[in-house]
Amino acid sequence: MAATAHSDDYVIEIEGLWTRFGDFVVHRGVDLKVRAGEILALVGGSGSGKTTLLRQMLGLETPHQGSVRVFGQRLDTADTVALRALRNRWGVLFQEGALYSALPVFDNIALPLRELKCFDEALIRDIVHLKLAMVGIEARHAAKMPADLSGGMVKRIALARALALEPELVFLDEPTAGLDPDRSDSFVALIRSLHRELKLTVVMVTHDLDTLFELTTCVAVLADQKVIANAPVREVIAIPHPFIKTFFLGERAQRAIEVIRDYPFVV
Amino acid sequence: MPISDSDPRLDVAHAAGAAAVALRGCWNVQGLSDGAGGARARRRIAALRGALTDCAADASARWDLTRVEALDHVGALMLWQAWGGRRPAHLEMREQHRQLFDNLAAIVHAPAAAARRDLLAPVAAVGAEMLRFLEHLTGFVRLLGQLSLDLARFAARPQAGPWREISANVYRAGAQALGITALVGFLIGIVLSYLSAKQLKQFGADVFIVDLLGVAIIRELGPVLAAILVAGRSGSAMTASLGVMRVTEELDALTVMGIPHGFRLIMPKVLALAVALPLLILWTDAVSLLGGMVAAKIQLDLSIAFFFDALPAAVKIENLWIGLAKGAVFGALIALVSCHFGLRIEPNTESLGRGTTSAVVSSITVVILADAVFAIAFSNVGI
Repeated sequence: MAATAHSDDYVIEIEGLWTRFGDFVVHRGVDLKVRAGEILALVGGSGSGKTTLLRQMLGLETPHQGSVRVFGQRLDTADTVALRALRNRWGVLFQEGALYSALPVFDNIALPLRELKCFDEALIRDIVHLKLAMVGIEARHAAKMPADLSGGMVKRIALARALALEPELVFLDEPTAGLDPDRSDSFVALIRSLHRELKLTVVMVTHDLDTLFELTTCVAVLADQKVIANAPVREVIAIPHPFIKTFFLGERAQRAIEVIRDYPFVV
Repeated sequence: MPISDSDPRLDVAHAAGAAAVALRGCWNVQGLSDGAGGARARRRIAALRGALTDCAADASARWDLTRVEALDHVGALMLWQAWGGRRPAHLEMREQHRQLFDNLAAIVHAPAAAARRDLLAPVAAVGAEMLRFLEHLTGFVRLLGQLSLDLARFAARPQAGPWREISANVYRAGAQALGITALVGFLIGIVLSYLSAKQLKQFGADVFIVDLLGVAIIRELGPVLAAILVAGRSGSAMTASLGVMRVTEELDALTVMGIPHGFRLIMPKVLALAVALPLLILWTDAVSLLGGMVAAKIQLDLSIAFFFDALPAAVKIENLWIGLAKGAVFGALIALVSCHFGLRIEPNTESLGRGTTSAVVSSITVVILADAVFAIAFSNVGI
């Protein structure tokens, strides 16, 4: 049983991945590797297939060619038992939170724990309250329905749900989209502290340059249907590619770089 | 299954009078749940908790967490609960695990809701149901009032009316329902004719099959059959589409653009169904009678030509007008009830499902109620 993370291993390995929508080729031989403990951001222009790639890493879509391995396991050939065990090792934060609207906050977070059918309610109750405290949600909100919450709270609770099974790997789809700058700062700080505490590997899709500069250890750039760079953000900026130039060195980006805080990030 | 190294377990040793408890294996969700959970993992966790509680009962026990392979919040919480919410006197652990217990110490529980038994709860439930019904009723009356205003506005300036919406709804609710109403109508016609023919044959009253089929289908079965099909088909679609527009804030977008949704969404649906349903009824009547004719031809050897000859004499024309009038009323009612439920949907998936179900059930009930009213009001017309 593989219950521990091997710190030197690659958590995600993508090799020679092709994706086509009809005649339109989205990915032309994408290679990408993510090491344990990294915070990787996937960037790219609109329609460059970031979300598709993320969905392929989650096994929600199958590439036309090439392989995606998560924790050394090929997603397309894994049997249901292996896939189920694999899915208990990762957590996903969807862009809109994807909280189950029919369940109150407490049950949303308790659901993955209850699905394991091996923890008793007293334990689950404490775990849920712990997760709520970790994402900074007060216990009195536990009985509310998702429809009664603000966007920022939905994101935090969705993160608490993603972390319910203490995953080693967390996927974040646009974690700061739709949050005000203050909220998005605190969300970034939250992910950073959780990463430090729980030794998470984080893979995220983001457009937010502040998030990129402050949080990531690695940036993978999707352009020309390939991953053209996968390196720390300072090295990526130096690459002379038109997309990288406009994305990182445009006017907006310059303002972000000016305020970049030198964060001594150690994994 | 053999015990593997990563299985969570306790090593208890008794040395120098005090118990030494050492945790081994993976005390994390993965290790405790054995990857995918299940009954075996549940039994193992129960056994571990029992063992932990036993060890914790001994206050002088020495706890050694340094040789644990993995420990996360869930494993730590099991220890924490066994310890009764505080660290034991003798505890050794790795630096990296301290944070876990610090986090656990910070858990705040919501004050448990007072679970009082309320003896009056059934009475209150009846009252709440009553109030909910009244609220539905007032909502429906308001919708009716809005519709009257919208109709007046439409009548005043018909050229500015929502003609495209009306036509689209007539196509969707009417033209696209031709197939299903024909199929159901034809089969009902055959069944009715076949069963009545057997009875009539016993009395030698074969020719009265024309009267029986004509009156039953044109006055009663055709309208009700078509209305029920349309309620299930278009009523649910109307509720769901309005509900989704509410969820995605499209209704609000219309309002802020100054486009009243009563005039542009609801009135077109009501008018379209009031027009389309009588036409569908005409069609259902015709196909049902055709089915009846075919069955009569086979069962009683009654020629089709005779059927056509006898029908106008057997069924007075008033019956057809009553049937069509019913269609217009049923159509308007189905659209109104569906819109009423559609506008009340809250932004969550459960409400959408519940609203759609209520809309279909209520519109069918309302159709049958209205049918009863028609039956009483026109009891001496046409028969």
